[in-house]
Amino acid sequence: MGVELATDRPGFYEMVDVDVSDSELVYHVRDALKSVSQGDSDHYNQLIAVMHYTGRLAPDEVAMLVTSLKALSGSISYIDIIHHESLLSSIFGMSMWNYGPDVMDALVELIISLAASNGKFVDSCLDMLVRNFTPPKSYLDLLGHPRGLARKHEVLDRVHSALSHIADLVPLAPMRLTPIILQRMPHMFDKETLIVIYVESMLRLESSALGEFVGSTMLMALVDRLIDLDVEISWDDIVLEDSGKGIFDMELEDVDDIIGYAEKDGFEHPRGTLGRQSLGTNAVADKLDSLMVLACEHLKSCADGERLTKVFETLLQSFWVTILNAYKSKFSQFVMFYACSLDPEHCGERFAVFLADIFVCRTHPALTRMSAVAYLASYLSRGKFLPPSLIASTLKRLVDWCLEYCQVQNGEEKTLYPETHRVFYSGCQAIMYVLCFRMRSMMDSHRLKSQLLHMPLEPIFRHQLDPLKVCLPSIVEEFLRQAKAAHLFTVSETFLFNNLLESDLSKAFGGMERLDMFFPFDPCLLKKCDRFIRPSFVYWSMVKTTYDEGEDCSSEEDINEYFDGNGKSYMDGGITRSLDEHDLDLDEFECQLNKMSITPRNSLKNGLINKLENYMRMPARIRPSTSPESL
Amino acid sequence: MEGLKVSDANLVVYIHPSKAGKVSQSILRELSTLLFKYNEIFDGVVLAYDVTIQNKNAKVLPGIYPCFGVKLKAKMLLFSPKPDMLLEGKVVKLGKESLHVIVLGFSSASIAEEDIREEFRYRIKHGEEVFASTSHKRHVIKVGSMIQFLVKSFDEEILHISGSLIPVNTGSTKWLHKNMEEGSMVDRKKKRKDDRSEMHEHSTELLDDVGFSLKNEGRPKKSKRQRHAEQS
Repeated sequence: MGVELATDRPGFYEMVDVDVSDSELVYHVRDALKSVSQGDSDHYNQLIAVMHYTGRLAPDEVAMLVTSLKALSGSISYIDIIHHESLLSSIFGMSMWNYGPDVMDALVELIISLAASNGKFVDSCLDMLVRNFTPPKSYLDLLGHPRGLARKHEVLDRVHSALSHIADLVPLAPMRLTPIILQRMPHMFDKETLIVIYVESMLRLESSALGEFVGSTMLMALVDRLIDLDVEISWDDIVLEDSGKGIFDMELEDVDDIIGYAEKDGFEHPRGTLGRQSLGTNAVADKLDSLMVLACEHLKSCADGERLTKVFETLLQSFWVTILNAYKSKFSQFVMFYACSLDPEHCGERFAVFLADIFVCRTHPALTRMSAVAYLASYLSRGKFLPPSLIASTLKRLVDWCLEYCQVQNGEEKTLYPETHRVFYSGCQAIMYVLCFRMRSMMDSHRLKSQLLHMPLEPIFRHQLDPLKVCLPSIVEEFLRQAKAAHLFTVSETFLFNNLLESDLSKAFGGMERLDMFFPFDPCLLKKCDRFIRPSFVYWSMVKTTYDEGEDCSSEEDINEYFDGNGKSYMDGGITRSLDEHDLDLDEFECQLNKMSITPRNSLKNGLINKLENYMRMPARIRPSTSPESL
Repeated sequence: MEGLKVSDANLVVYIHPSKAGKVSQSILRELSTLLFKYNEIFDGVVLAYDVTIQNKNAKVLPGIYPCFGVKLKAKMLLFSPKPDMLLEGKVVKLGKESLHVIVLGFSSASIAEEDIREEFRYRIKHGEEVFASTSHKRHVIKVGSMIQFLVKSFDEEILHISGSLIPVNTGSTKWLHKNMEEGSMVDRKKKRKDDRSEMHEHSTELLDDVGFSLKNEGRPKKSKRQRHAEQS
């Protein structure tokens, strides 16, 4: 319609043809607008037709559009919301992505003037600008090309500067902007590029001057979206692949190969074999991955701009409201992990204290407290950036709480009721889990060693509530082993777990949600955002245990050799991810577990056995990217 | 400046039982949801409030959530511009066809070309766009000047004022103060300063709340309220 009509309309065209001054054109447009209420809509309709120019525009059409828009900017007070409804809807329907910079500028000028002139137009103007966060569907594929990218920058720069201009002229605009942005946020089943480009604009707003007003809502909406996507990824999607190699020979590059095979073969891998764990091709996971990358990049820029502390508060609130109580959030929490790694002193500590506070506070529901302590345990164990003093002080807090709880329990029950004392058991398990990771490093430090030795662990673990029987056997076993080697304390009875992953009692205290097997900061399986997490992450293979007597770790080559980055023991990978029993046959699983275990059944300190141990653990190649000093 | 008034109000704020431990905080939170919104009962935009709790005893409202009602006395600072009032604001945008002004830092006002009297002509002086008076050389309006204008209409939803510079006593306040001898002008200036500082305090409070109160919309309303306002 657009192109043909231009030549059909001698009236308008002629006016532009004949070298008319801007002000005359403005009067012409004003007349056109005024005459609508008097019943004469000819010129008015011609004006609307100009707005509908589509496709590749010839230079004179571009000129026509630009001059019409400018003339409209000059006639703002003549635009009536009722009489000129079709003109307004045409203007608000225009997508800046379809035009060149000249038209964009004129259009933006018009929108700003409209918003400032009359309160009734503000919402529609803001809505139009927000709609321009994303290109038309047909344009999405072009975004990958340099031309598309250039257009994207042209449009978004103008959109954001328009928003900030409107905020200057109409101070209450940001308040009205927030619900519009939330309403227009792409649905999680929309295309990935669409979601990503919209969230980019949301985060850009957060760092802009408007961020003061809309920033916190943007962040919270983003975290909500992360959780929405997270929840959609089912555990079935976490593909267990047959590596065919020993677990410690697995290296990062090989993983990519394996994923390649998986895609070729269509996942024809026997279930129940535990090799590498990764996410197969999964659209939802990809979307989550891309959004996590955006979030991490944004946090990095906040840290560079020294805004992180403030942003972190919002993030923490959002975490509490959204992530903490989400049933087994898989990866979204890594946003918190990354934020803490950027500022260990403030944010890192704040997060630990926050979680500990929730755990000890009696007014929170039991599930929230158990979840919080699970997060805390995983966080303290996995955060490479955490100062040992913080870990020690938080541990002390947990220990003190558990001790107090023990002292309050007086009964002489012979039977254990794990569910009644589930908060206590989750606290004990958290202590054990953290100590599995950190005991050696604490024992190596003189000050922390004395702190640790003074902690009243024995009364807790020997109490008749018997946490050693109830908590997850795999953790208890590892803990006892290390505690024995460190002479922390000994237990009179020997626990024979036979490498059990879980027991009936642990299931009882974990409850339906299986919070006994919740380790939220286990290695992140998302490929793209992993690069943010990896440098500050403690893998189990990197952990020195108290019974590792043979290693001195003074030479750097030794360290290199033991860190293959993805070497899994039963601490990583196995128990933590495979949670649904219907997916795995437990016997087969245990068999694999035995194969994978780096520690032999009996803890022998015999030098020969140790050498064999070390030999078993030696990976094939030195991986500079995973060694600590390269970080 | 006209349009500002202080009213006394007797209020009852109903508080959810879970907030019984932090009553003052929740009262302030409830009242801050009123800020910068036009309120029919008060007939104005609430800019600031000063609250005193009348009675430590509160009546419990029977129902599913036994909210308890705290009686308060509040002084409310209200902004209610009516047509033909004179307001002052700062010019933020100046164009041939219109003038955009911000009043008290939060309310936007626009004056269209046809509402600017003939005396003022649009000019570009020293590269800057101005409205210069043809009869008085020093009377100039440019971006950043404070002007006094007449209210034509007030949009209560977006708090947008449509203004006019037709009357003779409108224009740049600096020039008007110098040339129009009105003693009360000085008093009005002082009052404006006080109002603005009080308003700024509460505006920052609101802006913090906006982020969270929008999230709270999903949750059920925590308190029912009845308001009785008495205007002194």
